[in-house]
Amino acid sequence: MTDDKTLERQATAAPTSAHAIELKGISKAFGPVQANKDISIRVMPGTIHGIIGENGAGKSTLMSILYGFYKADKGEIWINGSKKDIPDSQAAIAAGIGMVFQHFKLVENFTVLENIILGAEDGMMLRPSLAKARRTLVELAADYGLNVDPDALIQDIGVGMQQRVEILKALYRQADILILDEPTGVLTPAEADQLFRILGRLKSEGKTIILITHKLREIMEATDTVSVMRRGEMTATVKTSDTSPAELAELMVGRKVLLQVNKTPSTPGDVVLDVKNLKVIDDKGVERLRGIDLQVRAGEIVGIAGVAGNGQSELLEVLGGYEDGTGEVMLNGQPLDLTGRYSDGQSRRARGVAHVPEDRQREGLIMEYQAWENTAFGYHHDPAYRSGILMNNNAIREDTAEKMERFDVRPPNPKLAAKNFSGGNQQKIVLAREIERNPDLLLIGQPTRGVDIGAIEFIHQQIVALRDQGKAILLVSVELEEILALSDRIAVMFDGRIMGERLPDQTDEKELGLLMAGITDTDAPHDVAEVEANLAHVSGDPHKEV
Amino acid sequence: MDYLTLIQLLDSTVRLATPLLLACLAGLFSERAGIFDIGLEGKMLAAAFFSAAVASITGDVWIGLLAGIAASLVLSALHGIASITFRGNQLISGVAINFLAAGMTVLIAQSWFKQGGRTPSLVGGARFEGITLPGAEAIADVPIVGPLYAELISGHSILVYMALAAVPLTWWLLYRTRFGLRLRAVGENPASVDTAGISVVGLRYAAVAICGVLCGIAGAYLSTALQAGFVKDMSAGRGFIALAALIFAKWRPWYALWATLLFGLFGALETRPDVIEAVIGMKVQGQLMGALPYIMTVVILAGFVGKAIPPRAGGEPYVKER
Repeated sequence: MTDDKTLERQATAAPTSAHAIELKGISKAFGPVQANKDISIRVMPGTIHGIIGENGAGKSTLMSILYGFYKADKGEIWINGSKKDIPDSQAAIAAGIGMVFQHFKLVENFTVLENIILGAEDGMMLRPSLAKARRTLVELAADYGLNVDPDALIQDIGVGMQQRVEILKALYRQADILILDEPTGVLTPAEADQLFRILGRLKSEGKTIILITHKLREIMEATDTVSVMRRGEMTATVKTSDTSPAELAELMVGRKVLLQVNKTPSTPGDVVLDVKNLKVIDDKGVERLRGIDLQVRAGEIVGIAGVAGNGQSELLEVLGGYEDGTGEVMLNGQPLDLTGRYSDGQSRRARGVAHVPEDRQREGLIMEYQAWENTAFGYHHDPAYRSGILMNNNAIREDTAEKMERFDVRPPNPKLAAKNFSGGNQQKIVLAREIERNPDLLLIGQPTRGVDIGAIEFIHQQIVALRDQGKAILLVSVELEEILALSDRIAVMFDGRIMGERLPDQTDEKELGLLMAGITDTDAPHDVAEVEANLAHVSGDPHKEV
Repeated sequence: MDYLTLIQLLDSTVRLATPLLLACLAGLFSERAGIFDIGLEGKMLAAAFFSAAVASITGDVWIGLLAGIAASLVLSALHGIASITFRGNQLISGVAINFLAAGMTVLIAQSWFKQGGRTPSLVGGARFEGITLPGAEAIADVPIVGPLYAELISGHSILVYMALAAVPLTWWLLYRTRFGLRLRAVGENPASVDTAGISVVGLRYAAVAICGVLCGIAGAYLSTALQAGFVKDMSAGRGFIALAALIFAKWRPWYALWATLLFGLFGALETRPDVIEAVIGMKVQGQLMGALPYIMTVVILAGFVGKAIPPRAGGEPYVKER
């Protein structure tokens, strides 16, 4: 545990009037939960200020107060040296503040231009406003390198472009202060790099930027100063150049965290899952999987990397038994039904396939149900859970209590509704249910999405422990760091295909990022061949230690 | 079928399409703003009663029209309070309004007029009469064009022309003004409107109020123009057919005109089985014509004729998220 006092190296000490933004003693409570506790920040104009913290640390609440979405219980907001009262978004916009939300606030079937003028029209009639916006857009494109097609519909352009529209919306309203909330969550690494180049350009033109993120790498690369939030409090504000990722991580969680997963090299055994030419066509007739070939061996974690929406979800769904597909899938040498009455969750479980779905709140749990009821789902036919034709609720509750103990679920109360647990503890409930059934194959999607760092470590350990018991694990995650840390082998998916397989110690985020964007490395066939040779070597002799 | 029969049939079509068109545009404003309204029927019925009752008492149909609009607006406000302010279920609120109107109109009619739940027949200034357009009589005898102008285009009540004028007006308002842009946005993604600093609640109330006014005119047309007085349940499902037309029209004003004219034609054919028999050489039950709007809507909803995509935020109360 670090002593917070040693970190009170305020990055800025200039007089108040020089600050673009100054928050003084902001507090906000939602019922009994203190979301923000006496928070003060100062941001110099023309700089990028990062705010980093775990999920639920109060970052978004703080920015919502600055943007007029919430009213602070206590505290003052000063913009460019004068005190402002910001009761609503209109006031924030008038004060020169623009915000790019994590989930874009765009009208899908409007054009870019219509979205930009919405709420900032010049008069009753649309045409003059649209014409003016079109001219302004040309200027903004020239000033900041923000090119977009003004007449494209939002639903037809990619997320990177949509985010650009959000930034343009703020600039069109003459924002001098730009707040970006988790801007890279939906972007490919290349798109993220592009975003940071744009932010650099905006900064050089004198704009002040607040970047909210939980990714340390982005803070280190993009910001001038950084504030760390933990449980509603500001634990430190430092110059980015004076700190390190390890120090920031420690400040975020209040203790040292293993960014690396402790694991021994894998000892792959027999092929457990053998997928050949697997295809999935969705109900709109779009081919979501375009012929997947993949093997997962016993005692091996295969990670699927990729930007969300490139077929990873469909892969998990068809293997988990709730999406129809075509192709050949063998499990322990026996074919697996991909359609029909033996293609469902129940049949899969009977074959030793456990599934931790990507969206635990919709597919993994029923939020209104208690932990013990959730633990019985899918396994309610277990004789140990039954007495005659009735369910033996006491037995389920006792079993759940034991599982909660082993998986360190807090609070360990089987009668608490799923919605009352934190994200990490919800995930532990799902994991306990699936892992404790001793499956041959574990399908696991986004194991640590929305999970705090402490729980991430625990969940990673459980996955590695299962591997060490000789189980096959197929891991899907959009977090590249997680894929790199956990996987014994990495397959990259793009547009329903596997672009290539790599070994984690022979690749890096850059190479994977290119594959995730659909670019195969044609310049270095030598390296690819090498990797393939390595893979052939591994699969050639399954019992050989690598 | 001779030319005159065709003109008569189309004339009847226009008269029957008018209340559908007004109610359909009413629903269009409401649903484009994200508020589903199955209470069109109830609002029309209430407006039909109050306009007939007040016209009968005062002897002035214009005061009757205002009373009908006011009654419809009161029910709209009720729907607004339930579904916008208190974020209630919009379907349930609509159903409640339909029941309320069905019971209330007959009850009050009986209490005021003691004629078995109907109003006295409206005569003279208490009713909207057809207006003869200039020159109608002069060219009535000219072949082809004469009957077309004198019988079909001329001779409707003022409300028919108002309904037809409402179509381009609605289009202009929706697609050419700031209000329209915001209205469409609030039905697609209210968060985009909220973060732009515009009141979601204010816009939705405005839309619901416009819906109330148009339903009021539609109801008044039923009892003071199409017929002469109010009778029990006289809206006869027109509010629901208007909703069907709205889906058929894919929530667009000009399509709404064509959809309601088509449904109006079915209504006209229902009363002229002889025409159908003459045209297709087969006897068709009138009820089938009455059911056609619904059958066609089901076909549309099943996606056979292009896709009808409702406003994305329709039916969902807006709750500010974190």
